[in-house]
Formats: sequence, C-alpha cells, structure tokens
Amino acid sequence: MMTNPTGRITQGQFSFLPDLTDEEITLQIEYGLKKGYAWSVEYTDDPHPRNTYWEMFGMPMFDLADPAGVMMELQACRKTFPNHYIRMMAFDSTRGVESIAMSFIVNRPASEPGFGVVRQEINGRSLRYTVHSYATDKPEGQRY
Amino acid sequence: MNKPTEPGVTGADQILDKKQRYSAGVLKYRQMGYWDADYSPKDTDTLCLFRITPQEGVDPIEAAAAVAGESSTATWTVVWTDRLTACDSYRAKAYKVEPVPNNPGQYFAWVAYDIILFEEGSIANITASLIGNVFSFKPLKAARLEDIRMPVALVKTFKGPPTGLVVERERLDKFGRPLLGATTKPKLGLSGRNYGRVIYEGLKGGLDFMKDDENINSQPFMHWRDRFLYVMDGVNKASAATGEVKGSYLNVTGATMEDIYERAEFAKELGSVVIMVDLIIGWSAIQSIANWARKHDMIVHMHRAGHGTYTRQKNHGVSFRVMAKWLRLAGVDHLHTGTAVGKLEGDPMTVQGYYNVCRDSYTKTDYPRGLFFDQDWADMRKVMPVASGGIHAGQMHQLIDLFGDDVILQFGGGTIGHPAGIQAGAVANRVALESMVKARNEGKDIKNEGPEILRKAAQTCTPLKQALDTWGEISFNYASTDTSDYAVTPSVA
Repeated sequence: MMTNPTGRITQGQFSFLPDLTDEEITLQIEYGLKKGYAWSVEYTDDPHPRNTYWEMFGMPMFDLADPAGVMMELQACRKTFPNHYIRMMAFDSTRGVESIAMSFIVNRPASEPGFGVVRQEINGRSLRYTVHSYATDKPEGQRY
Repeated sequence: MNKPTEPGVTGADQILDKKQRYSAGVLKYRQMGYWDADYSPKDTDTLCLFRITPQEGVDPIEAAAAVAGESSTATWTVVWTDRLTACDSYRAKAYKVEPVPNNPGQYFAWVAYDIILFEEGSIANITASLIGNVFSFKPLKAARLEDIRMPVALVKTFKGPPTGLVVERERLDKFGRPLLGATTKPKLGLSGRNYGRVIYEGLKGGLDFMKDDENINSQPFMHWRDRFLYVMDGVNKASAATGEVKGSYLNVTGATMEDIYERAEFAKELGSVVIMVDLIIGWSAIQSIANWARKHDMIVHMHRAGHGTYTRQKNHGVSFRVMAKWLRLAGVDHLHTGTAVGKLEGDPMTVQGYYNVCRDSYTKTDYPRGLFFDQDWADMRKVMPVASGGIHAGQMHQLIDLFGDDVILQFGGGTIGHPAGIQAGAVANRVALESMVKARNEGKDIKNEGPEILRKAAQTCTPLKQALDTWGEISFNYASTDTSDYAVTPSVA
C-alpha cells in the first residue's frame, strides 16, 4: 500500500479523482477525437516512473473516429490483462507538437505496492538514488 | 555649414545631395536619413515599435528619427567617415508614427533595422543597440520598446530553449494538463534540512515541481550544497512515494559564471531534472547556461526577478513581451509570465500575449493582446509559461480558461499555507486541477460553471474544501498599469 494521499500511483491526468467510469472515459476519448488525436491503449506491469515504453495493445488507432471503437479496444485489453496498469494515450501529429497530448490510467492492479528509494552513499555526503519497484522483483506477467 | 531645418520647410526630410549632406555641422535626424515614410520593411529587417514621449516642442517625426538614429549609427553631428561605409544600410529607418490613443504626448514609432546591424545569436548585441543609449536620449522624456519582429534569418541564429515544453512533458511523462508547482516558503531562513521537508511534503502531496525562490542562493543560514542535497532527497523520496517523475528548480544563480557552472554541475550529479536562474544574471550568462543545459539534458527555469524595473511603466522601458521573445531565443524552458488573476501586475489580455509569444509556432498580430507584429518562430522550441504569485485552487477555472494546458501553475502560499498542512495543500490543488481539466474535456463551460465544479469536487476531497473555505473569496482586483492602448487611428505621417 502506497502512503501518498491517494494510496496509489499518481501518473496520468486523473489519478487524484475517483476512477473514471466507462461513460466518463468515452467523453475524454470524444474530446481527443474532436481535436484530431489518435488514441492508443497501452499496458504494463512495470509502472516505474521512468519506464517510458509500456506495451502497445495494438497500434494507435489513426483512422478510428468513433469512441465506441476505442472503448472496444480498451475492453479487450482489460479482458486480457485485468491486473495490469492500462493507460489511454492520445497522439497529436500537429507540426511543432508531434507528441502525446493526453494520457490517463484506466485500469490498475488491486494492490499497488509501489516503490522504494535505494540510496547509495558516494563522495562525502552525496547520494545516488534509485527508485526501485517492489513488484518488478518478480518476472513479467507474475507481478500483480 | 549644415544647420537643422524645421519640418515643413524644404529640406526637412532626408538630404539627398551628398555634398550638402556631409558638410560639417548639425542636422535633424530626419534630414540625415533616419526617417523614410515610404520605406517598406524587408522580410529580413528587424522591426521595432517604440512608444515615445518627446520633450515639449520636439516634433514626433523628428523624435522617431532620433530613436532610429540613436539605436543604430547616429551621433550628434555629421561625420565624414560615414562616407567610407555603405552607411544607408546601417541607418535604422523610422517609417511610421501614430499618436497613442488616449495618451496625449505619446506616439507609437515604427523603426526598421537591416539584418547587417546585428551579430548572429547574441541577445547582448541586439539589446545594446535597441535598448542602449537611445533610452537616455535627452529630446525624449521617455521611451518604451513595446514590441519587436525579428526576421526568420535572425531567429535561426539562436538555439532557443534547451528542452522546450514538448520534450519537457515527454521527459516528465505528464500530458494533457497544466503542471503544478509551489515555491518554498519562507523565502529565507530555512536550514537545508527544514527546506527539504517542504519539498518532500509538496511533491508527495501531488505537485510536479517545487521551486527555490529567486533570492535563495547561498546565504549564511543555508549553503547551496546543503540545499541541493536535502532537496534531492525529498525529490527522490517523493518520486518513489507516488510513482511520478518529480523535480525541484535548484536555483544556481551565483556571483560569477564559474559559481553558476559549479552549482549546475552539482545539480546534475545529484540527478535533478531542472535548474533555475534569475533574469538578473544577464543575457550572456543566460545564453551560457542554456548552452550548458543543452549539453546535459537539463530543463532551465527562468525566474524573471528584476523585470519590473524595465517592464512595469507604460511610458518607459521594455515591454515584457519583448523580454519574453528575447528569452525564448536566448534559451530558457520555463518563464514566469504572470497570472492575470493573482497578486502581481497583469491585464489578462496583455498577459495572454506573453503566453502566446512563449508557445506559438507563429505569433499573429493581435492588438488587444499587445502584439503589434506577426512573428514567425521558424519551428523554434516552445517555452513553458509559469503562472506564479498569489493564486489559489479557487481560481483554477479562471487559470485554465485563460492559459490552457501548457502552463505551470504555482501555488506557493496556496499549498504551504493550507490549514491542514503542505500535503493537504498539494492535494487540494491537484484535485482542483484534474477536476477542471476533466470537466472542460467533457464539454462543460468552466469559466461559468467553475465554482460549482470545484464545490462538487470538494464534496469528496476535504483538503479542497478547506482550501476553498480559506481562500475561496480572495481576489486581487486592482487596475492594471500595463494595457496595450492600441486602437486603429489615423497616422500623423
């Protein structure tokens, strides 16, 4: 159990709010589609803050304009990985942006053990820090 | 001998006969070639708009020509050595003068500068001309550089922000919402150990960044190395506690460039994602630290300490929109650009103009926002604006409505002064932020429904309720001293 005020990993746009319902997720997807973003579903069992590349549940849905289709992908991902972290990512291809425009978590494991800090004492009072995930001591697929 | 001629008299404009032009003596600036009403600016020219207040009896066109002259090649008398040069290229040209609406005695003067006048990639050089001697020039009571258009050819000689707001978000893994920060308080007096406590609590509570204040360097109560060591322990501990990338702007401002580099190196060794400098270190130092930051994957936070001495008075100095343009070129990633709704100076439209300058790919002329020129940024990276100073969670809807997502909202007092503690203050701000972004995306009219959205979010979030009960009614409604003053009016020339 993590001890921050939410008791869980707080990555993404909406981690401090109650979990979004499917209706609420659909509204966010609609907003992104209106802006011209392409949605993608990603999942992982290694939510380290520097783990940039979560697994892609298929490719970004560039030509999909219907939120229901995006939700179907999310449901399929949830069915396959019910205990993984799953996030919705929206890509903006506008010149000068060409990056992620939205990102929020839509599925979590029941228990989130979180991370510890490993301090390595070096050079006088200096420290070298490692953020270590308790879950990743176990192999992939057996972590949550 | 040459003698100045009054306007309206034959010979009041540029003297074309070379023998007559270069006879020893004194001429009007407009006779010397610094005024050309027919001049059509080239794409490669730098264009400046000055607001000038000529002394009593000084003709506005002559005053404008004098500004062009004194910010380029002129001296007070005719010199024959001009004739050794392609002197017409070096003369800036005033080409339009208009009275400032509703401000008797003040005039807008447009001046064009040829590209040969400036060294490539040097803000110091640009400023030495444009805001140099001319600002002490006696025939003017006051002068203000209101806006500037720099040609793409000049823009491309600058490297710009070391990281830029797009890459910053990728490094931090934070998208689709404003970032949240807080400045550690009290500004002065905390020991390193006590200081790090504030950092840890704020970040663990939900902020993305904490911040050193502008005047915290290495005073007797806290040596800079102590501050960095304790702060980074707080940052890393909070990162582990939340699973998010966190940062704290380590102020590396020091007495010399050597001190600044030494502090920046230590911040890098400790794994900080961001360093901070104050505007008062000067243009050359800013460009130097930007180069260092590019080499070391560092975000540079710019605190605009001291800008008010240039920017605040409407009749004299340099508008902040010009400072923001220069800072984007010089290379900063974060820039304090005002809040419009907080305790510090700022008319909302004018402040939005500063934000546009930081974030646009192409800034369009927008008179109500004080933008007098189009500015093509030539794909230069974008600066993340920072809103800081007397803002609180109860204004979240106004802030997001005014500034959108690409901004850092800093609630210093609004976090640390929370009745239930720093973590609770951070929670209140983060919940207010996420609720408002979510509601906006769902299609709600946050400008009008904002207070209701916050009240609803507070029903399930006690810290937000406490914040709204404490500060909900606080606002700073003073008349702004800096609005754009522009209205389309007939030209005097």
